[in-house]
Amino acid sequence: MTESHIATEHAAGHPALQHHFENMEQQREAGTLGMWVFLVTEIMFFGGMFLAYMLFRSAYPGAFVAGSNHLDINLGAINTGVLIVSSLTMALAVYSTQVGQRGMAVVFLIATMVLGLTFLGIKSVEYRDKYRDSLVPGRLIPGRPFHPAVQEHGAPNDPHKLHLPEGESVKHVELFYWIYFALTGVHALHMIIGIGLLSFMLYFSLRGRYSPEYHAPIEISGLYWHFVDIVWIFLFPLLYLLGRHLEHGG
Amino acid sequence: MQSWIPFLPESASTLSGRVDALYFYLSGVTLFFTILISGVLIFFVIKYRRRSPFEIPRPIAGSHKLETLWSIIPFLIAMSFFVWGTRVYFAQYRVPKDGIEVYVVAKQWMWKFQHSTGQREINELHVPVGRKVKLIMATEDVIHDLFVPAFRIKADVVPGKYVTEWFEATKPGRYHLFCAEYCGMNHSGMGGWVIVMEPTDFDNWLSGNANQQSASSAGQQLYQSMGCASCHGANAEGGRGPALQGVFNSQTQLNNGQVVKADENYLRESIINPQAKIVSGFGPIMPSFQGQVTEEQLLQLTAYVRSLSAISRPATNAAPPATAAPVATPQR
Amino acid sequence: MGTFTKPTAPRVNYINAEHGLKSWLLTKDHKRIALLYLGSISFFFFIGSLYAIAIRLELLTPQGDLVQSSTYNKMFTQHGIIMVFFFLIPSIPATLGNFLVPMMIGAKDLAFPRLNLLSWYIYIAGGLITIYALLAGGVDTGWTFYTPYSTTFSNSYVVATGLGIFINGFSSILTGLNFIVTIHTMRAPGMTWYRLPLFIWAHYATSLVMVLGTPVIAITILLLAFERLAHVGIFDPALGGDPVLFQHLFWFYSHPAVYIMVLPSMGVVSELIANFSRKNIFGYKFVAFSSLAIAVFGFLVWGHHLFVASQSVYAGMIFSFLSFAVAIPSAIKVFNWTATLYRGSISWDTPMLYALGFIGLFTVGGMTGLFLASLAVDVHVSDTYFIVAHFHFIMVGGALFGYLGGLHYWWPKISGRMYPEGWGRFSALIVFVGFNLTFLPQFVLGYLGMPRRYHVYPPEFQVLHVLSTAGASILGVGLLIPLFYLIWTLRYGPVAEANPWHLPGLEWRTSSPPPTENFESTPIVTWEAYEFAPVEELKVIGKFRPEAEKA
Repeated sequence: MTESHIATEHAAGHPALQHHFENMEQQREAGTLGMWVFLVTEIMFFGGMFLAYMLFRSAYPGAFVAGSNHLDINLGAINTGVLIVSSLTMALAVYSTQVGQRGMAVVFLIATMVLGLTFLGIKSVEYRDKYRDSLVPGRLIPGRPFHPAVQEHGAPNDPHKLHLPEGESVKHVELFYWIYFALTGVHALHMIIGIGLLSFMLYFSLRGRYSPEYHAPIEISGLYWHFVDIVWIFLFPLLYLLGRHLEHGG
Repeated sequence: MQSWIPFLPESASTLSGRVDALYFYLSGVTLFFTILISGVLIFFVIKYRRRSPFEIPRPIAGSHKLETLWSIIPFLIAMSFFVWGTRVYFAQYRVPKDGIEVYVVAKQWMWKFQHSTGQREINELHVPVGRKVKLIMATEDVIHDLFVPAFRIKADVVPGKYVTEWFEATKPGRYHLFCAEYCGMNHSGMGGWVIVMEPTDFDNWLSGNANQQSASSAGQQLYQSMGCASCHGANAEGGRGPALQGVFNSQTQLNNGQVVKADENYLRESIINPQAKIVSGFGPIMPSFQGQVTEEQLLQLTAYVRSLSAISRPATNAAPPATAAPVATPQR
Repeated sequence: MGTFTKPTAPRVNYINAEHGLKSWLLTKDHKRIALLYLGSISFFFFIGSLYAIAIRLELLTPQGDLVQSSTYNKMFTQHGIIMVFFFLIPSIPATLGNFLVPMMIGAKDLAFPRLNLLSWYIYIAGGLITIYALLAGGVDTGWTFYTPYSTTFSNSYVVATGLGIFINGFSSILTGLNFIVTIHTMRAPGMTWYRLPLFIWAHYATSLVMVLGTPVIAITILLLAFERLAHVGIFDPALGGDPVLFQHLFWFYSHPAVYIMVLPSMGVVSELIANFSRKNIFGYKFVAFSSLAIAVFGFLVWGHHLFVASQSVYAGMIFSFLSFAVAIPSAIKVFNWTATLYRGSISWDTPMLYALGFIGLFTVGGMTGLFLASLAVDVHVSDTYFIVAHFHFIMVGGALFGYLGGLHYWWPKISGRMYPEGWGRFSALIVFVGFNLTFLPQFVLGYLGMPRRYHVYPPEFQVLHVLSTAGASILGVGLLIPLFYLIWTLRYGPVAEANPWHLPGLEWRTSSPPPTENFESTPIVTWEAYEFAPVEELKVIGKFRPEAEKA
């Protein structure tokens, strides 16, 4: 970075340049690096729960399979698709802003938000099912403790009942569901924050604040959105899929 | 205590001398270096004190040779601590096979001891001098820690499993017993005494308190009353569940192909969480007894199962257990 | 120290640039935020010290005659929580670091000034919730919150306290994030990585630990709170959980947290040793990279807190080895500091006395750490007063000495006033003597077998406890003296020059106190770190540079 370079940039003085930065390039670099560092802390935040998942999964494999099998794999798979598409629309929103197509950017931002809301909607349907089957662990919901009906041997198959292999402890299924709710709950919270972030981006895009010269906030929000998607890409197989494979394969 | 300020606790176990020797070595080396560094520091500070406000000393960049030297030497010294410390640590935590066994149940805020011959004590533990003593410990509530400074031993008693700790006292006397893991309101009151006696005194003490039921016979009663017999057989000979005779400390084949040693923790787990490790040839039919037995009763049940091994295999005790022990898989 | 210049006409600086409470509470200036932090951590330090005094008074006698056991348990718990989370962790980074990181690299502010202000508000929110918990009834789990005591058995305000610590954690994360980004992207032209003062390297390493470690304690405390509230859990064995998992997660943060406390202090000491002996630091790169090595290795040694917690002996062996390994970078620092003094021009001013005290005490703290890394000895001394003495040598002898040294050193820059040198030296000496008298006897107590967190203790330990309490009262007096004279200087202290110590660092090349954007114009760095010019030249760099720029 040479002196003359600084001087010219300062002279240019983009209106979005904050007073303590020398130039737009520095401001964008700082913002992007800041988001990356933040995402690293997020990985560590989820890391503690993933560790707990791994430990108890190996301690109580049978109960975890039973718990996993009771999750609705169709809704989970649809949600995975929804999030992957939302990552695409997010990337397109960033691209459109970069090339100056503000109208397209707005459309893609709205699409991303709608997809995010769809995800949350489907997730809440899943949560409602768990509530109906009394699968919410502990006293998280007062008056509705964890008390699933267990499928009896030889009785007609009832999807609302927990298929618990003989001798498995319901307590350990409860542990699975606590980890399920903790992981997906924190993930959903991140989705909500992401949608909030995007609504700001939408507002400022509509006001024409972003341009090919200045679009760092959208890029940075995009980083965050992709991160939240990637977390789900890990959650889906760990919570929904692995158990099925074990049950049918083993 | 002889001196006005004591510097060492009493040394009364076979391990305490070994720990002290390492402690002296560590103290010697670290004192030497602390005095060396402080000495050099003070010497420099006085010798090179600022004599005029305008002096600017000549810069010295550094020296790779010196850096290497003072990285490698401390590392080598540290490794000597590491090797020595680890060797003694293994001696502390590798529980010997022989020796007297005492069951310990910790709860807020007391220590309950039961000798294998049945004598029960609270906050006091009588042991003979010159014999290995093995403590098999469980807790009914929070984490506690049995600490006897004079023996240089300490182990957390973690809920949900058995922890074993051992010592061999070398001289008779009364030694402090502390709870060393903070366990709530009366933590500092959760202590007592280990009373080390001459073997004959200890035998007298045992016979003076003999009219108590032994742990294993209490376990046998529980075995019948809790319905264990309906699957494991009236005399633990087996049935829908595996036979328990001769199981203890044998190599047990599981239904997933694994072979595990049926030690105390295995027996405990098989009662609390029976699905975790199922003996090969049996179905996962046993219900969990979690919450239905206290830690004390668990210890008694374990003691009963252990006593079955002593009866069924008196001859194999002399032979190396790893090869002689039968794989406890009753055929059906 | 040179003679003071007469007070010059008040120049516009960051303190008098704006007036009114609002201008402070809504400021985005890193220097003002540093002062907000300075005030608030001093408040928490004061509260934490009151608990310490009460604890030492209770321990004068073997009987529990001053307070009840439950009260005593709350006192040591709250002493720990307040000192660790609300004083030591933010102490140097949030005050001196906040003030100096931008100035030392030639930036106008931190990269995210609003986040910086937010981090202070988060700190205050966390602090208020914690204080609420203390007033409502207190917490008695020990600052370590071990399960299942904390989740199931304790009958105190665990969740509220946990919430306070959880929230406070985000303030730490934001500070670390801000430093990392600032140091990466906002260095002035010519300020290459190897020209950075070692204070910056230390803060960079600290920030890495803050960013990587704090989220783990956050999620751990969150899970603990849910377990306590909703009876769902992964820590309570009655629910199928594992209490030792909590200890793993807790120490995965809380061991590195020790480095959050001591690394910035090491950074301060590197500055002091170099500048007060007018020498470039011996082995600059070794000192710089040893900070990073400590930060990285610090994440691999948490298991040494579990040597007696029924961890497998092999895990114990590995953690013991790694703990010895992490001692090496610390040793390298101590040797390099000592070598820097060789053929220096060593001043005996107060900051230097603190720095020298730091080296001595940190050496003792580090050496006793070797005892604890040695498995067999650790089995005997863990959870005894040996541990208590060891970590106070690191946290008070290390972190607090560095903090006080740094505070005196930069006080002229921060406040624009000089502190009284005689009182400074006197109190440094008192603090040093009091500290040693407090904590040296505790090593002996620990090896004798006195367990920590004991309200009532066997009478044979009394003599050593009385010595310790005597030391603590001396230490307390020693710490009150700077409190009084530093406040006194704000009004009556002699006005400081721009560069009262005649040093080459960037922060001394602007007026005292500095203007809002730190420098009249972006500085261009053409010199190496700790490159001393003749004193006559250094005397004037700060004073005349801004005027020269204007002309």
